[in-house]
Amino acid sequence: MLTAIYATAFYLATALLLVGVMFKCWRYAKVPQPLVIPTTPAPVTRGGVVLRLLREVFLFSSLFKANKWTWTLGMLFHYGMLLALIRHLRYFTEPVWGWVVMMQWLGVYAGFAMFLGLLGLLLRRFVVDRVRYISSPSDYLSLVLLALIAFTGLMMKWVSHTDVVMVKAFARGLMTFDWSPLPTDFLLLSHLALVILLMLVFPVSKMMHAPGVLFSPTLNMVDNPREKRSVAPWAKTKPSTLSEKEN
Amino acid sequence: MPVSKSKAEYDIPGLSQYVPIPKIEPDKMAHSQPFVAKPEHQESVGYPGELVDDWHDKAIDKMGELLGKYRSLQVFMDICTKCGACTDKCHYYLGTADPKNMPVARQDLMRSVYRRYFTLPGKFFPKLVGARDLTKDVLDEWHSYYHQCSECRRCSVFCPYGIDTAEVTMAGREILSSVGYGAKYSNEIVGKVHKIGNNLGLPGPALLDTLEGLTEDCEDEIGIAVPFPLDKVGAEVLLITPSADFFAEPHVDGLIGYGKVFHEAGIDWTISSYASEAANFGLFIGSYDNMQQVAQRVRQASEDLQVKRIVVGECGHAWRVAYSFWNTLAGPFDYLDANYPVPQHICELTYDLLQAGEITLDPRRNAGKVLTFHDSCNVARGSRMGDKPGGQFTIPRALIQAACEDFVDMSPNTIHEKTFCCGGGGGLLTDDLMEVRVKGAMPRMQALHEVIEHDGVTHVAAICAICKTQFAKTLPYFDIGMEMVISVHQLVGNALVMQGEVLEEEQSDV
Repeated sequence: MLTAIYATAFYLATALLLVGVMFKCWRYAKVPQPLVIPTTPAPVTRGGVVLRLLREVFLFSSLFKANKWTWTLGMLFHYGMLLALIRHLRYFTEPVWGWVVMMQWLGVYAGFAMFLGLLGLLLRRFVVDRVRYISSPSDYLSLVLLALIAFTGLMMKWVSHTDVVMVKAFARGLMTFDWSPLPTDFLLLSHLALVILLMLVFPVSKMMHAPGVLFSPTLNMVDNPREKRSVAPWAKTKPSTLSEKEN
Repeated sequence: MPVSKSKAEYDIPGLSQYVPIPKIEPDKMAHSQPFVAKPEHQESVGYPGELVDDWHDKAIDKMGELLGKYRSLQVFMDICTKCGACTDKCHYYLGTADPKNMPVARQDLMRSVYRRYFTLPGKFFPKLVGARDLTKDVLDEWHSYYHQCSECRRCSVFCPYGIDTAEVTMAGREILSSVGYGAKYSNEIVGKVHKIGNNLGLPGPALLDTLEGLTEDCEDEIGIAVPFPLDKVGAEVLLITPSADFFAEPHVDGLIGYGKVFHEAGIDWTISSYASEAANFGLFIGSYDNMQQVAQRVRQASEDLQVKRIVVGECGHAWRVAYSFWNTLAGPFDYLDANYPVPQHICELTYDLLQAGEITLDPRRNAGKVLTFHDSCNVARGSRMGDKPGGQFTIPRALIQAACEDFVDMSPNTIHEKTFCCGGGGGLLTDDLMEVRVKGAMPRMQALHEVIEHDGVTHVAAICAICKTQFAKTLPYFDIGMEMVISVHQLVGNALVMQGEVLEEEQSDV
């Protein structure tokens, strides 16, 4: 019964996550950007723009300029989460990919980095008056949700092990539509329930910043407006000169 | 002369060693608001005369329309994580301590409404995600705080997602205008440009008179009747310059500088009475239509006068509109000389002439001056000069350094892409917003004060009509002389070695 509920929930959450994110990204791609607005100095070539985006996505370069504390905590959290996620690939691959095996040791510590980063960001939200002012309940809850996921994960690794063989069988079963029973310990069930919640919330929350940053016109536009003319579809119906309009 | 501080009804921020990040003081500036546009101003730019009865629905409809027309707005409404990176970056927050002047909070004035009407969580759990209904109070708040933003883009430099509050402010102002609740200053000015061709409402004959006066001044001063042609058909260059250059101090000395450069380089040029304005406040009010109409006057003038090149004078937002938007709004300019960029900044033109050895600058003629340079926000963060990114920083500085021996930059945190707004940009250069202008000037004034104290700086050069006016007005509040402000092309004009000139010493010998 529990296995069926979780399996169904995972399918539903995955579907909603994919559909939701794709719908949002489709919307971002579809809405035109009528004016050339890169924040300058900006790259003058497409390749330069790709580098700029890579620097933002992987190094948080603007955030580094803005605030070293937020940058440090943000890096801890995001890279911690990335490595922890990579580590989780071992539950879905058989045989486990070589490079995933090689990164196992790192993934274990990454969980701590993620948790500490999140705690730091949460603390900042409470302590810094400016950040407290701009925080809604959902801003605190997002951090709490992620921190709880990290916490339950760490507990299973370091304090109270779950049956990872069964977990892997369940995960593989989900992929092959041939369900295997899920272990029933509280930590694992909480961990998975929280992950499902995160997947559901993702497309309708600020977590859309992850794909959204790639659509940000101030970052992804080439600085070449004198050389290349661009006109949004909705602006094309305008009269081409004022005199035509006056006539 | 310094303004007596007792005259002001509000505290003028003091200058210290650095700009402190203030503790938040909620609603400190809630009283600040621009004059509401009168019906004739509203109608002159295509908006309803006064607040319409169904403003609520109209405003939400307009927001929906803008979300579908501007990717910037749609993406920026969704992806802010409230990380706080921008919270201490706005000069208006640093100067006023009002938390709604933090970029993220300014965006949230609209984002909260966006979430309520356009997102599922906002519809079902408004409290949880900070969503709220659009009420008259919210509209009033927009009117106040979207006119405490100079659309300077400094926040976008620091945002990890590049969120540019200027885009939100523009959308906010366009929604306000479209329900009949526009601000007088910008809307009235855009209307004047549509009607007469410039922000001042200066008609052709008055312009001709002014320009003839400049020629006479030059003849008196250097013995050369430098021409300032108006509506000269077949000239090579059409100069589009902010109308403040025609009469305001210190702007006009910059215009004289352009005239001298053109004359010395043997470039046949003209000003147009039909498009006698570089400024395009259509940008400030977020109106694509109005911005396009103003831009198309320039195209029309270039066709009518059969020029081969268009050069833009010293004006910050005008250069952003010209450089970044003209091609879109009024292009293609394929009928102009392809050997030159369209449009070209006057600093690019002078710099190229200098590089080619076609003009000579003698820095001794500016002896005694110690210069610093104020990067204007729209030039710094919304445009470029030359071929390389960052040319907008190096080219004006190269001109200053060629024209003057002593040059010092202000603190690295306050120049180039991190430059602080003068405090009067984005359509705030009006007396009804004096308090926010003075307070918002503080971070720039602090950096300027520092180089005055440490390096003996005597002048601050700028390439923006708004910056120049704002400095002239606000410097005295900080006990700095208003005569410190100078146009880059005033320095160039002073230092330019001209054929047939009679220098002051020689004149006195006669």
